Amino acid sequence: MAAESQFHVLAVDDSLIDRKLIERLLKTSSCQVTTVDSGSKALEFLGLYEADTTNPNTASTFPNNHQEVEVNLVITDYCMPGMTGYDLLKKIKESSSLKNIPVVIMSSENVPSRISRCLEEGAEEFFLKPVRLSDLNKLRPHMLKTKIKDQNKKQGKQEEKASFQSPKEQEQEEEHQQQLLQQKQQQQQSSNNKRKAIEEGLSPERTRLRYNGITTVV
Amino acid sequence: MSPMALAALQTQLKNFVQSMFDKGVLDSQFGQIQALQDSSNPNFVDEVITLFCSDAERIITELNRYLGYQNVDLSKLDSYVHQLKGSSSSIGAHRLKLACVNLRQASDDRNKEGCARALNLITSEYCLLRSKFQTLIQLERSIIALETNQQ
Repeated sequence: MAAESQFHVLAVDDSLIDRKLIERLLKTSSCQVTTVDSGSKALEFLGLYEADTTNPNTASTFPNNHQEVEVNLVITDYCMPGMTGYDLLKKIKESSSLKNIPVVIMSSENVPSRISRCLEEGAEEFFLKPVRLSDLNKLRPHMLKTKIKDQNKKQGKQEEKASFQSPKEQEQEEEHQQQLLQQKQQQQQSSNNKRKAIEEGLSPERTRLRYNGITTVV
Repeated sequence: MSPMALAALQTQLKNFVQSMFDKGVLDSQFGQIQALQDSSNPNFVDEVITLFCSDAERIITELNRYLGYQNVDLSKLDSYVHQLKGSSSSIGAHRLKLACVNLRQASDDRNKEGCARALNLITSEYCLLRSKFQTLIQLERSIIALETNQQ
């Protein structure tokens, strides 16, 4: 498989054991992995630097434009000292350069309000620890979306350069791309729907929780 | 070395791990970890166990030291207990994880005696687990040695 089609995941966790496990799980899923032990290191890696926090007058973050490091997904622990996974999620979603990167939260604690807060802030999934290989299979559609976006961007640039393509050919090319995208989306949608149906029927506590007025003791 | 010796060792390991499952010392999460070991990562289980043990020992030592003090702020325990519970859960150390939940409860209740008891339980569960892990690692290493010799 060409290196281009491999997904690159940034995994964030303060626990050494959990970093080792998530790395192995991701590599088993054929992903390229980078692990860091804190939210601030994650932002550094993503090219978003926090200015000196002792001076309250400086802007809080400024992007560093070396986006050669392509990250297709960030998976982060929730409970970390300093910047929590939730804080990291917010910073990523607030950043114009990073907000399209899908973010997944992991937590050892099953707290419904925590889960809904993260999903509301834009997390794609919320996994309960310990994370399993089957959980990671849910990541593919999210990462695929970013790849398709990038490919369409590149495709667009190539079409501009190709001077021998007639306008009609260009139209057909675009239609073709749209069809492919729609097909992929439909496939994902139907498999997503299947998965959701199965999840709701069987073990709802594995990932997202839908608690319909059930009181839980936290 | 005959292939029978290798098969015998592998069976011994399998039975040993099964007995740990049966006693609730380990749960299915440990099976997940074993499944991540393959020819490209032949020492994975060994490495994870080693990491876990040094981490757990560090935390348990700290907890014991801390609870030995006169005026203890029980809320300071929380972060340590959280870490140990997390690691235990990640490696599948079922009984140790439950012992952590116990300590967390006693700490929430601000029950210092309860904490001391709960910590004793954690310490003894960990010692049991460690000795079993040591046997497990020995078996793993013997198997790897035999497999390498036969290549």
